Amino acid sequence: MLRRSLSRLCAGEEKRVGTRTVVVGHRPVSDTEAYVAQKFCDNRIVSSKYTLWNFLPKNLFEQFRRIANFYFLIIFLVQVIVDTPTSPVTSGLPLFFVITVTAIKQGYEDWLRHRADNEVNKSNVFVVENAKQVRKESEKIKVGDIVEVKADETFPCDLIFLASSSPDGTCYVTTASLDGESNFKTHYAVRDTTVLCTDEAIDSLTATIECEQPQPDLYKFVGRIIIYRSNQEPVARSINAFLIVYLCILLGKATVCTTLKYVWQSNPFNDEPWYNEKTKKERETFKVLRMFTDFLSFMVLFNFIIPVSMYVTVEMQKFLGSFFISWDKEMYDEEIQEGALVNTSDLNEELGQVEYVFTDKTGTLTENSMEFIECCIDGHKYKDCISEVDGFSQTDGPHKYYGRAEKSREELFLRALCLCHTVQIKEADQVDGLMANPERKCTYISSSPDEIALVKGAEKYGFTFLGLENDFMKIRNQKNETEMYQLLHVLNFDPVRRRMSVIVRTTTGADSSIFPRVQQEEIQQTKVHVDRNAMDGYRTLCVAFKELTEKEYDKIDRQLNEAKMALQDREEKMAKVFDDTEADMHLIGATAVEDRLQEQLAETIEALHAAGMKVWVLTGDKMETAKSTCYACRLFQTSTELLELTARTVGESERKEDRLHELLLEYHKKLIQDVPKNRGGLKRSWTLSQEYGLIIDGSTLSLILNPSQDSGSSNYKSIFLQICLKCTAVLCCRMAPLQKAQIVRMVKNTKGSPITLSIGDGANDVSMILEAHVGIGIKGKEGRQASRNSDYAVPKFKHLRKLLLAHGHLYYVRIAHLVQYFFYKNLCFILPQFLYQFFCGFSQQPLYDAAYLTMYNICFTSLPILAYSLLEQHISIDTLTSDPQLYMKVSDNAMLQWKPFLYWTFLGAFEGLVFFFGVYFLFQSSSLEDNGKVFGNWTFGTIVFTVLVFTVTLKFQQEERSNREFGFVHLVSDKAECQSVRKSTCVK
Amino acid sequence: MAVNYSAKEEADGHPSGGVGVPGGGAVGGGGGGVVKTRKPDNTAFKQQRLPAWQPILTAGTVLPAFFIIGLIFIPIGIGIFVTSNNIREYEIDYTGTEPSSPCNKCLNVSWDSTPPCTCTINFTLEHSFESNVFMYYGLSNFYQNHRRYVKSRDDSQLNGDNSSLLNPSKECEPYRTNEDKPIAPCGAIANSMFNDTLELYRIDNDTRTPITLIKKGIAWWTDKNVKFRNPTGDGNNLTALFQGTTKPVNWPKPVYMLDSEPDNNGFINEDFIVWMRTAALPTFRKLYRLIERKNNLQPTLQAGKYSLDIAYNYPVHSFDGRKRMILSTISWMGGKNPFLGIAYITVGSICFFLGVVLLFIHHKYGNRNTSADIPN
Repeated sequence: MLRRSLSRLCAGEEKRVGTRTVVVGHRPVSDTEAYVAQKFCDNRIVSSKYTLWNFLPKNLFEQFRRIANFYFLIIFLVQVIVDTPTSPVTSGLPLFFVITVTAIKQGYEDWLRHRADNEVNKSNVFVVENAKQVRKESEKIKVGDIVEVKADETFPCDLIFLASSSPDGTCYVTTASLDGESNFKTHYAVRDTTVLCTDEAIDSLTATIECEQPQPDLYKFVGRIIIYRSNQEPVARSINAFLIVYLCILLGKATVCTTLKYVWQSNPFNDEPWYNEKTKKERETFKVLRMFTDFLSFMVLFNFIIPVSMYVTVEMQKFLGSFFISWDKEMYDEEIQEGALVNTSDLNEELGQVEYVFTDKTGTLTENSMEFIECCIDGHKYKDCISEVDGFSQTDGPHKYYGRAEKSREELFLRALCLCHTVQIKEADQVDGLMANPERKCTYISSSPDEIALVKGAEKYGFTFLGLENDFMKIRNQKNETEMYQLLHVLNFDPVRRRMSVIVRTTTGADSSIFPRVQQEEIQQTKVHVDRNAMDGYRTLCVAFKELTEKEYDKIDRQLNEAKMALQDREEKMAKVFDDTEADMHLIGATAVEDRLQEQLAETIEALHAAGMKVWVLTGDKMETAKSTCYACRLFQTSTELLELTARTVGESERKEDRLHELLLEYHKKLIQDVPKNRGGLKRSWTLSQEYGLIIDGSTLSLILNPSQDSGSSNYKSIFLQICLKCTAVLCCRMAPLQKAQIVRMVKNTKGSPITLSIGDGANDVSMILEAHVGIGIKGKEGRQASRNSDYAVPKFKHLRKLLLAHGHLYYVRIAHLVQYFFYKNLCFILPQFLYQFFCGFSQQPLYDAAYLTMYNICFTSLPILAYSLLEQHISIDTLTSDPQLYMKVSDNAMLQWKPFLYWTFLGAFEGLVFFFGVYFLFQSSSLEDNGKVFGNWTFGTIVFTVLVFTVTLKFQQEERSNREFGFVHLVSDKAECQSVRKSTCVK
Repeated sequence: MAVNYSAKEEADGHPSGGVGVPGGGAVGGGGGGVVKTRKPDNTAFKQQRLPAWQPILTAGTVLPAFFIIGLIFIPIGIGIFVTSNNIREYEIDYTGTEPSSPCNKCLNVSWDSTPPCTCTINFTLEHSFESNVFMYYGLSNFYQNHRRYVKSRDDSQLNGDNSSLLNPSKECEPYRTNEDKPIAPCGAIANSMFNDTLELYRIDNDTRTPITLIKKGIAWWTDKNVKFRNPTGDGNNLTALFQGTTKPVNWPKPVYMLDSEPDNNGFINEDFIVWMRTAALPTFRKLYRLIERKNNLQPTLQAGKYSLDIAYNYPVHSFDGRKRMILSTISWMGGKNPFLGIAYITVGSICFFLGVVLLFIHHKYGNRNTSADIPN
């Protein structure tokens, strides 16, 4: 049982200076001071957009902010107000339909969000009030409440740890939902309250907490952030561009007709022949006003050229289409028994346009399950001796070839492995995600999988960690004796320092930060091993030690306690003490731990490369490990020339910024200036023979992105970007989560705004997942945070291949056809109506009956294209998956460019002409039936309409596969249809 | 045309029948089989493996398609063209704009000239009209499809609705009321009804034999029986039924005096119905009368001299219009119109020609790909 009081940190609040005071348990601190309830925000998580009350107005407002909807609203209003050729129903009904369908879809999606919110908000939480546990809903927690959290429960809010059920006041917390680390971290209760471990006791606590104001740091990712994407995707961009062209056509048509109408009417017997007199009102209307209403009437008459229902069809296509992704059997993973998950249906076609793939390493490329592979003590290599527990000590064991270190050094090394960690022993085996030890029926739980691997490695060599008892660590050594060590201080691992130490009498940490701290001559041999191991893709750790005298320890102890109590800048103070403490150590050896790669990783990466995508690895890992993973997954080929911008190449000196700039210029020259022929090509550039890979680390990146002071540095950012864009693969290591997002944003905002995709599994990837156009979450071991914030979630990295190459490609092609087809069919629908104006005295007489005008897009032609856009496979899925080159064909929004658009427009115009004049010439004869009866104007429209619907529907077959020959077949079919519908008659 | 049929095979080798039970028992782990897995169904639909066919356009399929289309369309076109040419059609323009025309004197008639101006035009048929002959009148430059004109009618009034009869729709303005009485039938269309009377005589040795012109059966069945109905009420006296209404301004007689026969009078007068079906284009024809073939021995209209008597009432000169009388026979495909036949022949020829050109190109340059050759 864990107990914590809490202080709410509200993300989104503006920066406030100073501290805030929280009254624990809402009890006044002293009787003299009246308790003033402070105003803090509540604990509700709101990711939904609407409430029941504001749904209608807000949703309508949102919908009418769209150009197309607003346009139709205007048209509708014009029809209501002005006397127009078509009734308001003709545009009101489709508009109503579109608005309703969209509202239903958005309402449904919002309802899902409400449900997800409620799941969190309504979850039960126990709050201690007046010495009793009170069940509350999570959203009702107030700042200052004392919350009781049981084992394996989620923390409902930010908390301060007051007491736990264990007498030493510790608890193990996994922060998977914050930073993606699924390991267990040990937290210690506030010393003074550790004893208050019953409800009654805690009730006696009267305290206030002063703390910092909420800070926008990593932890602002608490709760779900739903980001409504505001930047336009290329497909939407193209649609809007096409829309504007058609709007111009529409305005042009209306202008032409209005002008010609008045030219034609200048002849009085045309304006008002005896058989067709105007009403008194019409005669008296002001001429300018009449012209204006005429113009509006023509607009209304031709407004169908802009497809009303296109948006709703596109929405439906996306919505229904996303089901095929979640239904895909090949993306189902037996292990976690889940398939792909689609959180946003709006991005299906973006999957076919991805240019940059940003991927996390741990858990995404690798499986994040560690295995101890080998170690090196004093420069001697030890490898794999699983079978014999005691093999380590035998002189003729499997390691004789490597030579052996002194016995005492070996033992020291293994003791260090056994001691320097935060591993806990858990007797029960219910703790999930961790390795159970079958022999002893207990589990190691730890804040890092590496530590478990190390402890288990040490166990293989005969040193078993037995657990922590009252600050004493117990170890069983090779001789089966139990050794006890008093744990004085744990200097926890942190990503900046990349070291951790325990003060018992020994220390461990990541190599590059340990080497400078140990004496030089010991390093050499170990470094060789470490480098080789790092090249093999192992995670390496060095083990070093230092003996402390009592006096030294007292000093360190005092400093540490001081630092821990500091309110401001605690981090820096702690870091300084740690730094001082961890100096002048003696290196004993190094370990190598393997982080296994995901299955089919290399194939997937190669496929993505072949498909023209640039894969960037953004990882918090160290460079060597990340680099080796990149080699292992063939992101870097052996032929790839690596450009490094890391601490190693830049150096640590004062002048590192200058050195960095030199390097940047050098690389820039190499990549861009020396390859002039490649300069203009924004196209994917790895057709050139030499492939380049770039490695950059977090500190260098921040140097580039946040230059210190001089003004010229902003230039280097663009140089850096150019270098990045020329490289086939970029590896960014030692990245903080926000840096990952920074990189993604930087690429996203480059010229041409390429479509970016981020894939990751942990909560530390959430920032980049949200930043990229398409965010993909891996439903991995590190919690659900990534998959919940993503647009799509897949079980494994390999599924990216099918998701992009097959689904993405298909959906892009489908939506491209859908959009162009809509423009086409509406152009050839409305063009005859335009031409008819020339034969009816520009009187705005509609060619088609109002029912046809209304239903054309809703009923007659919408379903076939919807079915087509859901099911069309112009290339079979198998071919698409196996031939990544095909992906390049649709890259750069290739199918929604002006060329295909013009093709469709001309096709539509041509067909409109054929339909109209075909029927026009047919009507030259006295009759079209064998009974001699004559057709009227509505029959004329009906024939045109019927031919139109037939042709437009049959158009699918020729679409895409149509070549020039088929155009004529098509013309023929028009004629054939003219013939066939001759008999169709219209009762009017 | 060859079509490549490729039903994508079921991946698991068995057709997917299981709708409720997804994908067989692939998920291990026991649990007694009732465990509901989230594994997607292995159906052809969900896995996007529905059978599909896709025409593969190769020279082997396209070339025959061209030839076949050419070979089918050219004969059809020729057939239609010949049929159209066999149709006899004779047209007389009796507007009378030329001073020599007998109708020139009537050119500036007004609506209410009494007695009507009459004129007679003699003409000669070179060929006999074998089958039934249809007599049309044609108007030019008459915008029956003008929007203001098209909507100037009240369909419910024409359908016999009594309330609309006395209170016609506003769309009929300015032909809605006259002297505070509702007009029946209201609107511009009805008001401007064609009112020339055409009579046809055969001249045989200076004797004029009138030719029987049938005035029924010229309107659409649906118009006559569904859309147009006289108002209902007590008795069948149309005069009483149209009580309270007035005639259209330009009409000489009220609507219930259009014809003597009761089933061709009032709103269901066929001449009226034909006129009310607004034409699609400013130059149009409307069916006026039928001339039925009497017996099988004689043609309906023999070659020879005829005269057309016109009661010239309808003024078209003011808007530069023309009036015509057309005699025509009808084939299975309607009146004389060479367009359809020519269109078929043209398209067929183009296809055939392209087929030849492509065959030539394919034969000459397409040998790189030896596998794709043309059948025959």
